Amino acid sequence: MMKFNQLRPAREVAVIGIGLTKFGEHWSMGLKELAVEAGIKAVEDAGITGNELQLVVGGNMSGGLFAGQEHGAGLLADYLGLNPVPAIRTEGACSSGGLAVRVGYLAVASGMYDFVAVGGVEKMTDVYGPQATTALSGAMDYETEAYFGATFPGIYALIAKRHMHDFGTTRRQLSLIAVKNHANALHNPFAQYRNKITAEDVEKSALVADPLRLLDCSPLTDGAATIILVPAEIAKKYTDTPIYIKASAQASDTLSLFARRNITTLDATVHAAREAYRQARIASNKINLAEVHDCFTIAEICAYEDLGFTQKGKGGKMIEEGETEIGGRIPVNTSGGLKAKGHPVGATGVAQIAELIMQLRGEAGKRQVKNAEIGLAHNVGGSGATVTVHILSNKK
Amino acid sequence: MNMAKEFAVPFHWRRFRERYQLIGSRCDHCKKSFYPIRVICPYCRRSGHMKDIKFSGVGKVYSYTIIRAPPEGFKEYVPYIIAIIELEEGTRILSQVVDCDPNDVKIGMKVKSCFRRIRSENDTGLVLYGFKFKPHN
Repeated sequence: MMKFNQLRPAREVAVIGIGLTKFGEHWSMGLKELAVEAGIKAVEDAGITGNELQLVVGGNMSGGLFAGQEHGAGLLADYLGLNPVPAIRTEGACSSGGLAVRVGYLAVASGMYDFVAVGGVEKMTDVYGPQATTALSGAMDYETEAYFGATFPGIYALIAKRHMHDFGTTRRQLSLIAVKNHANALHNPFAQYRNKITAEDVEKSALVADPLRLLDCSPLTDGAATIILVPAEIAKKYTDTPIYIKASAQASDTLSLFARRNITTLDATVHAAREAYRQARIASNKINLAEVHDCFTIAEICAYEDLGFTQKGKGGKMIEEGETEIGGRIPVNTSGGLKAKGHPVGATGVAQIAELIMQLRGEAGKRQVKNAEIGLAHNVGGSGATVTVHILSNKK
Repeated sequence: MNMAKEFAVPFHWRRFRERYQLIGSRCDHCKKSFYPIRVICPYCRRSGHMKDIKFSGVGKVYSYTIIRAPPEGFKEYVPYIIAIIELEEGTRILSQVVDCDPNDVKIGMKVKSCFRRIRSENDTGLVLYGFKFKPHN
């Protein structure tokens, strides 16, 4: 059992700047150009020169398989012109970005560093489809899942099939997740897909791994995101709207889906969320909005349940009743989510934080959630082997 | 393009017992069984000792999907069934279900393991084998 109740930050941490590239297919930009663009935007947004930075943490899942380039954090520090500032790469498959946020948070919370740039980047469209599928399959347990021909959508399809069997979750409920997230992305200038879709569109799209269809799946995306972290006590020197990190939690589970206690519950999400609520001293019903890891539509339904927004098995009902739309009880994935904003895997966890910050600053334009004070970000690696949950607030 | 991940022979050879004979581990303390082989029981850790167990290969489909967009090396098999099988020992395992029309697979269906080709590697000439499952009465 995890013994977390002694964990305390030595000091509070705030975010003073964010930077995002547009998410999509960037023919003219490679790994380093994407990362540098987001980095420069974040430094400018923070109102610092960049000379203050003492540490770079960069999330990147598989620069090696997607771009022939490992050693991503070193590359980033180099091309940001920051040498000899130390740079650390974090890797936890699709939660690589969430891990970067967490490592940056720990670096500031510990008292060791005052100015940390946390980036995430993935360049996914320089390889062909099957190669991308193979690269992503490394997020599974290679020797017992990928070896036998399982794919990443296939693993989530196994979750979907069992969720439907156990709880009566319907094909239509899965579709409604994609419909909502596309509707939200319409108002997000950074999103990859800014087109409205209908449930029928989802249900007519090509089967990828039954019951999941193409429009149940997040796309291949190029993109980068960066945030700048400082100790909370100095944040107001740089911005009128610092956003405070009230919780940074993480948990682990088996890499292979089949070895789980229960394949329809991501235990790592349950554990990380419980710990995050403890750190932030709030209950799940105090969350005003959330960015959750909807790599596939079924994953968002499981997230509603595992984060405690509803009971186990009721996730399908929650989307059906519109509770997670903007204007609903708890808006989820106002950015468009991984589904429509796009999912450059190493950047996603950082981009989720950036969306919460735009919302908590009141800068989210047409997708703004009214009176948002507390937001939650949920980032999943693989089928749930690594999960990070962060809680942010505009109140100290 | 059909380039698959390729590895040297020992990468596969060291898994022969698991993949050819369906051998996993059983903790002599909590009596739980695991696949694949684990050195440490995740429930008992240092209090338990792991011993080899040979699974019977009989089980039921716990969940399934039909893969239509394959990874590298699996194109010739599409569409194929991937399933989580709950073995009669209570342990779950992932594999393909074969000798079964993709329209006929169901949760709860009885299956039994069989020995099949998994895929052929390209340049190394290695042909990879392992268990798959087929319908069983």
